[in-house]
Amino acid sequence: MSRNSLFGANVSRRDVLKFSVGVTALMGLPYSMHTAIADAATSDNRPPVIWLHFQECTGCSESLLRSDHPTPAALILDMISLDYHETLMVGSGHQAEKSLHDSMEANKGKYILIVEGAVPLAENGIYCKVGGKTAKDSLLEAAAGAAAVINIGTCSSFGGVQAAAPNPTQAVSAASLVKDKPVINVPGCPPSPYNLLATVLYILTLGKLPELDDKQRPVFAYGRKIHEHCERRPHFDAGRFAENFDDEGHRNGYCLYKLGCKGPATFANCSVQRFNDMGVWPVSMGHPCIGCTEPDVMFHLSIFDKVQVHNPTPPDFYPNANPETRGKGADPLTTGIVGLIGGAAIGASAMVAANLPKEENDEEDEA
Amino acid sequence: MVPKSNEYMALHREKILTPSFWVLLTFTVIGFYCIGLRYVMGIGAVSNLSDGFPWGIWIAYDVATGTALACGGYALAIVIYIMNGWKYHPLIRSAIVTSLFGYALAGFSVMVDLGRYWNAYSFFIPSRWQVNSVMFEVAVCVMAYNVVLAIELLPAILERFVHSTNPRFPKLKEFARKIYPKLDKVLIFFIILGITLPTMHQSSLGSMMIIAGSKLNPIWQTGFLPILFLINAMYIGYSVIIFESTLSSVAFGRPFEKEVRIIAKVIPYLTAAWLIIRFADLYYRGHLSTAFSGDYYSKMFLAETLLIAGGAYMLTWKHFRMSPRWVFVSAVMLCVGGSWYRFSVYIIGFNPDKGWAYFPSLPEFFITLGLVAFEILGYMVLVKMFPIMPNLEGHKKSA
Repeated sequence: MSRNSLFGANVSRRDVLKFSVGVTALMGLPYSMHTAIADAATSDNRPPVIWLHFQECTGCSESLLRSDHPTPAALILDMISLDYHETLMVGSGHQAEKSLHDSMEANKGKYILIVEGAVPLAENGIYCKVGGKTAKDSLLEAAAGAAAVINIGTCSSFGGVQAAAPNPTQAVSAASLVKDKPVINVPGCPPSPYNLLATVLYILTLGKLPELDDKQRPVFAYGRKIHEHCERRPHFDAGRFAENFDDEGHRNGYCLYKLGCKGPATFANCSVQRFNDMGVWPVSMGHPCIGCTEPDVMFHLSIFDKVQVHNPTPPDFYPNANPETRGKGADPLTTGIVGLIGGAAIGASAMVAANLPKEENDEEDEA
Repeated sequence: MVPKSNEYMALHREKILTPSFWVLLTFTVIGFYCIGLRYVMGIGAVSNLSDGFPWGIWIAYDVATGTALACGGYALAIVIYIMNGWKYHPLIRSAIVTSLFGYALAGFSVMVDLGRYWNAYSFFIPSRWQVNSVMFEVAVCVMAYNVVLAIELLPAILERFVHSTNPRFPKLKEFARKIYPKLDKVLIFFIILGITLPTMHQSSLGSMMIIAGSKLNPIWQTGFLPILFLINAMYIGYSVIIFESTLSSVAFGRPFEKEVRIIAKVIPYLTAAWLIIRFADLYYRGHLSTAFSGDYYSKMFLAETLLIAGGAYMLTWKHFRMSPRWVFVSAVMLCVGGSWYRFSVYIIGFNPDKGWAYFPSLPEFFITLGLVAFEILGYMVLVKMFPIMPNLEGHKKSA
């Protein structure tokens, strides 16, 4: 295993395979692909990555740094060649700008550009400048030489909080500005770090982009609604809802739909993949989903507004989970025969009783 | 010491292949054919058992009720060995035979009912025991009691060989002569076990349904289920002795055993205690009104209670106790009522969730019927092969 691979030298073979199989499953690839994933992760093919920050909160980077498989150190030093990341790199000032420039030159057409944050356009984009360049200029310059652009987080994917009304800086998504490169959106506020990781590995392994939906999101992670795999779904189906925070239903873990849960309108794998490597996610802790992976939901609807539910009940052609009658009851033939035999037994007993002497002259024992 | 001939017990000398033998054999064959089907086609093919009703009549009748009906040996052993009622001793062997058949077939029907019966051998591996389980306790006690009953019956078999005039098996006779006195010495230990074990598992049969929680209707669901099942087993046991002794008197043309009518005196006391616990518990839990509300469950409760109370009430009168006919009638009422109670706890009062229904399928019913037929068949054959029935001459002497 190369020192410059996804895993450091002290990572066991078992951990490599566990990670590879897990990521293969996450991407929905055939099981046999896990060896290819492991090869991609362990060979010295660290993709050069340039990570640009614009109008954002760095939450997406934070989320990535909170992942445990791999650890942040392994991630940024071994897994990818993170050549430029404004909040993680050691260098600063002109030195930092130089490394960005050098990397773009050296890896022209090969590096992956990851963009975090929205781009302001008002007054020629003066609201976000790094090294004297506006966000728009930096983005277009970096995107020109990139192999692919991955927008991490809702801001770079859809504009996010900056683009919410009244949008004083006229912020737009990075996705809307890059026209001539393959663009992948990994929205979320923040997104699960594994969705980004899996996307990068997919490109490394197969040399092509994963299947995307109409909002340029990888289908393996954003193909299904939160609502479809929510652990509170049975409560929704049974009509048990929390009406207020900390009411009886809320304490009992009922469905959060009436508190404004956007799960029925939000495509993401949070209810399955979860966060922080320990199986938690907002809904499991009692907060409704805010729909952060949807361009038209978060920052466009109030957190507590209810969304339209399509298909509240399963289609009629699904087997009924709550049939009227279950188990086989009595059928006429069986009842008849059981009755006949029971009756015969009672009749025979009655016959025996009738033939028994009514009195016996023996004296009863004194016992 | 080997007795010259048994003073109390005797062989019932009659031919074995009677018409009733063939009728019972037919039902037995049908039953075992259905059991064969169950092992080839699976439980679903022969029964109406479902996820809601995993326990049907195989458990409710063969195990929970069948063992109570097989409690004659237990009930009689209490009277003979604990209450020192040796004059009932002539009845003990026929009671033990019934118990042995009842319990052996209870164990057997569990094997029919078990979904993964091939794992049952784990039962004999102590490291796989789950000693906190009520079902485990029932299984251990039933298995152990079967062994104890077999040992208790052994003297009858040995006597047959000891007094055998058939010169074909000299070794067997020699062996029986040797083992009989030794067995006689340790038999009391097994008799004590034979009284302890049913006390343990008959109450556990009640505990099993406490686990069902709110699935069991509140009329029957109570923490007193164990004691109710224990007392229920006792009065069913005494009733069965009366029932069986009367029937064998009629079937084999023997005089009525008047001991049974004295045993009948015990029943009202047991039943009274049972009814007091039953009603006090209903009152204490505030479900007396549920029991008399007149719905389906209430009607079932009233039917079983009236049968039990009615049968017992008749036996409080000497006039009825003296009449073989009325003693028999009240014994039947008590057996039916007592069994009905057990059915109510296991099936009738059990409602796993909205919409679940259960009624045994025809093959399922015929398996139970076949096992019952086999039990009666075995009894009829055994009493004609071994000294089990009371000795009529010895009887007269002691009377």
